[in-house]
Amino acid sequence: MPFGLPLMSAKNKAGSAVATNAPSRQPSPAELRWQKGILEPALKNAPERLAVFTTLSGVTVERLYTPADLSDFDYARDLGEPGEFPFTRGIHRTMYRGKLWTMRQFSGFGTPEDTNRRLHYLLKQGQTGLSIAFDLPTLMGYDSDHPLAEGEVGKCGVAISSLADMETLLAGLPLEDVSTSMTINSPAAIIWAMYLVVAEKNGASWKKITGTTQNDILKEYIAQKEYIFPPAPSMRLVVDSITFAAREVPRWNPISISGYHIREAGSTAVQELAFTLRDGIEYVEWVRRAGMKVDDFAPRLSFFFNAHNDLFEEIAKYRAARKIWAHVMRDRFGAEDARSWLCRFHTQTAGCSLTAQQPYNNVVRTTIQALAAVLGGTQSLHTNSLDEAWALPTEGAATLALRTQQVLAHESGVTKSVDPLAGSYFLERLTLDTERACLDYFDRIDALGGMVAAIEIGYPQKEIHEAAYAHQQAVERKEKIIVGVNEFEEADERTIPLLVIDESVAQRQREKLAALRRQRDGRKVQETLEALGSAASTDKNLMPYILECVRAYATVGEMCDTLRRVFGTYEEPPFR
Amino acid sequence: MIDRRIRVLIAKPGLDGHDRGAKIVARALRDAGMEVIYTGLRQTPEQIVTAALQEDVDVIGISILSGAHNTILPRICDLLRAQGMEDVLVIVGGIIPDEDIASLKKAGVAEIFQPGASTQEIIAFIRSHSRTAPTGARN
Repeated sequence: MPFGLPLMSAKNKAGSAVATNAPSRQPSPAELRWQKGILEPALKNAPERLAVFTTLSGVTVERLYTPADLSDFDYARDLGEPGEFPFTRGIHRTMYRGKLWTMRQFSGFGTPEDTNRRLHYLLKQGQTGLSIAFDLPTLMGYDSDHPLAEGEVGKCGVAISSLADMETLLAGLPLEDVSTSMTINSPAAIIWAMYLVVAEKNGASWKKITGTTQNDILKEYIAQKEYIFPPAPSMRLVVDSITFAAREVPRWNPISISGYHIREAGSTAVQELAFTLRDGIEYVEWVRRAGMKVDDFAPRLSFFFNAHNDLFEEIAKYRAARKIWAHVMRDRFGAEDARSWLCRFHTQTAGCSLTAQQPYNNVVRTTIQALAAVLGGTQSLHTNSLDEAWALPTEGAATLALRTQQVLAHESGVTKSVDPLAGSYFLERLTLDTERACLDYFDRIDALGGMVAAIEIGYPQKEIHEAAYAHQQAVERKEKIIVGVNEFEEADERTIPLLVIDESVAQRQREKLAALRRQRDGRKVQETLEALGSAASTDKNLMPYILECVRAYATVGEMCDTLRRVFGTYEEPPFR
Repeated sequence: MIDRRIRVLIAKPGLDGHDRGAKIVARALRDAGMEVIYTGLRQTPEQIVTAALQEDVDVIGISILSGAHNTILPRICDLLRAQGMEDVLVIVGGIIPDEDIASLKKAGVAEIFQPGASTQEIIAFIRSHSRTAPTGARN
């Protein structure tokens, strides 16, 4: 294995009830007879294609799994019934027989007007939840007219600088009836406050609205690198939004603890799982230190995983995730409310698996990945579009991606039985091994003093880079085949239509922002920003102050600049 | 004979933080015997050209995935010309659609490596095109 993980962990602080060591394998007499009499002669005549078979993440896969591989497996302890501890089989009793997953296509580009049209279109096509992508200036806390925003406005998502943009973005959408996920991290509290104020103005009750803010700053330091402030004040903003949600917006998921970006940065499946759940532990510890009881906020914690190509490895990852989190919450944190034990998660198919070459192949990859997510019991799903190795999706490509989910849901038949692959010798072995490898990472990160400390010395970053580099080398040596890239290449490829975001978007956003700055009450803006700055240097919850700035039409950039002055900014440890 | 090792600045301009590719290329070039300086994230064109000047690099490798390439890359090339650094090889890796390649090359980018390019292709291109390449190998 490229990441050199011992699969056995003598003990773990999650308190998980796993066997401390996988027992040595003792094949049955029948299996031994088959090995000696049938298999060995056959292998002499027809050797296998490879000496060692591995998963996409480099974990060795054996030829055959039998009951001998599961001598340490216990149905009640390791799986339990659906909807029962440790939830390996799923968080609901009837899973997709009761309710299908939420089909939630991530969408955002250009101006708020452009994205508003796409959101309405997707709902009309049968999508059941909204998911909004923001452009890089918004993600980094700069307004559309900031010099660093040049060339980036509306390119990777929708440009949002003020409440006025958010009002346009959400115009005509039924905020009490549809759940909205927003992929925003460093300025999450600000963008969430804008959503809350639009809801308030539209008469949608904060007690009723549902949705998710990604708000997971730890994985930004680890993988996606869209951080603004140093870790401690960033964590304080996360804690403030989690505690505010618990009191004021009880059906909101104030954080989506994300492995998606960790995997996209090149991690293995185990690293994705381990770093994500360890981030979850870190958030729970910080919120508890702020004085909240675990059962008062843990039921609203949600997760977000990647779905990559290796079907069984992915399914094992999701099943292990539920089991590990249930043990963490019950045994490590003493949570008593069963809802606190649930690892509820969204899944997105792997953007990094998409190829620019022969882009139609991406539909097939996405289908396999979506199948893994469904067989792994996801609560919601985004399927990538075939053109996303090149650009944000066209409407046609986004529609096909949604149809892929609808075919899985209504035609494939995989929704009819709960956790249908349970009991597979291979899958259960893989699930147990994935769990052990994850707990081993927990031990290492605990020994470093927790995730914030590990990030500050670059530990998860380095682990991910090693895995990414090993994968790249394996591809270049053709040890891993990528169809259309290092094998089965075509000289003349069909071209596909691409969505182009031109600079007129930036121009329109700059004009709207200039008009807003003229029309709003400048004194009110100054007052609310000053109040935010003062509160930031105390330990008061910042959400009420941010809400006041938003109501005064202060911009994302103005609020972030205010916080930059108090908190400072972050530079990551240099890469050597 | 090569007098000295090829010096490369790997730069990540723009607001995007996805540095998987930049770091893989930096490491592959190092493993191939080049001296590599990685700027870190979110460098402005001015910062990149200043670093290239100070480090006296032969090659600037720019990673860009956000779609801001048509704004950022010509500016870097203009700044290099203003500094009299036309002999520094500028190569780019990232999400650059076919339609943009001609204008970027006209602006001064020597080569563009699109998604799926191997580190071996990048190494070979630098070896045959950088100013410290063996005499006669440049074209």
